[in-house]
Amino acid sequence: MSYINNLKCKECGQEYPISPLHVCETCFGPLEVTYDYARIRTHISRSTIEKRAHNLWRYRELLPVEGEPEVGPHSGFTPLVHCGRLGKELGLKHLYIKDDTVNHPTLSYKDRVVSVAITKAREFGFKTVSCASTGNLATAVAAHAARAGLNCYIFMPEGVESGKIVGSSIYGAQVITIRGNYDDVNRLCSEIADKYGWAFVNINLRPYYTEGAKTFGFEIVEQLGWRVPDHVVVPTAGGTILPKVAKAFKEMKEVGLVKSGDFKIYSAQAAGSAPVIHALQKGTDLITPVKPDTIAKSIAIGNPADGYYVLRAVRESGGWGETATDPEIIDAIRLLARSEGIFAEPAGGTTLAVTLKLLKQGHIKHDETVVVSITGNGYKTLEAVAGSIEQPAIIEARLKDFDALFERLGGRREVAGAA
Amino acid sequence: MAVRVRVPTPLRRFTAGVDEVPAEGPSVKAVIEDLERRHPGIRERLLDEKGDLRRFVNIYLNGDDIRFLDSLSSKVKDGDDISIVPAIAGGR
Repeated sequence: MSYINNLKCKECGQEYPISPLHVCETCFGPLEVTYDYARIRTHISRSTIEKRAHNLWRYRELLPVEGEPEVGPHSGFTPLVHCGRLGKELGLKHLYIKDDTVNHPTLSYKDRVVSVAITKAREFGFKTVSCASTGNLATAVAAHAARAGLNCYIFMPEGVESGKIVGSSIYGAQVITIRGNYDDVNRLCSEIADKYGWAFVNINLRPYYTEGAKTFGFEIVEQLGWRVPDHVVVPTAGGTILPKVAKAFKEMKEVGLVKSGDFKIYSAQAAGSAPVIHALQKGTDLITPVKPDTIAKSIAIGNPADGYYVLRAVRESGGWGETATDPEIIDAIRLLARSEGIFAEPAGGTTLAVTLKLLKQGHIKHDETVVVSITGNGYKTLEAVAGSIEQPAIIEARLKDFDALFERLGGRREVAGAA
Repeated sequence: MAVRVRVPTPLRRFTAGVDEVPAEGPSVKAVIEDLERRHPGIRERLLDEKGDLRRFVNIYLNGDDIRFLDSLSSKVKDGDDISIVPAIAGGR
């Protein structure tokens, strides 16, 4: 059973039937799925959701699909980790990491949006799915397409981490790298989508794809015990996830799953690719594109499609945004790994580094609930941090060599189990 | 200056379904004015009331976003390629 009405232009309000269409023919504005919230309200409850499988489809009434979803049966419902040790270090009692480093099957938040997009591609009858990507989206599309039995073409800018190329090809996808940056790839793909009639998850299926990002927000609320957090910090690249997390919180109030919907949402960008934060801090709506230059490749988008909606969501909520330099990003990745055992990609380092700044600036108080969004896994971007990690010590396989090393390292012998 | 302009799907009803059309003019702005003469109605899809590029329209001149060049005043040469692309795409 479906609760979706139609597609509606976010700018001029023109309506369109549910179809693989993403741009308003009148004003070029983005199209968004609309729902029958009144009907959803009568059919959804905390207990129905709690009885369902632990995947992103537990919130299916608020997702734009028709039948029983078959894609992404293990995607979503990632841990919300209470960070005791890191929280203590920062003086925060209620610090949480929403940990999409362990999303199934490709270890990033993209498994959510792609599950929804490919479910929709199948509903529309597409045989080929594709995407423009710097990596995480590519691996997600390739993996989900493989399981769904669809042809897959992946377009990436040259110079992305090798793991992301291997991590897409392995699923049988045809990978094409483009001489240029992500924005060049995106432009080419818009033209290919037009000409070849393929399902580009982040172009012609974009209205459905982006809705999948809401599940990140739904899960936070459910995992906090059906409560909206005081603060949530979200990385911004193209601008998909932040407005959708805000939308998720509002929808849960709208359909009666939570009482209060008050929250502040914050945008995090790498200093080398921060067109949204520049506009936010200048107080303007006008986003001037930049040429990205940062180790945080997964969020290096200089010309963010939904940047305007990030600004709107942040300002509406009373939130803010900050940037993090490459060294700050690496420090934050190491801090999270060593304090909580979570290895984030540079986008996650950016988000945590920005959270530290927000804390210093007084946006976040010490007894409030803060959720830091970690959207991708550090094992995919080893190159980014490899240079700043200590080299291992090398010794012969002799106990006395180790004894000497241990002493040099300043270690003290402990006996397990001794009082 | 004679250039070729790539037209995205939402604008092809102005060009009788054709995806690439010729146009002329010394600047991007002038090319848009010429497109309007050949395909009436297309101008107001690209520019707002003040004559600025609409928020959700990207125009590329030989592959470069005109906002990195001289925006609508960017000079064009014979044989240049202009591409009109809706901004709404992407998310890595």
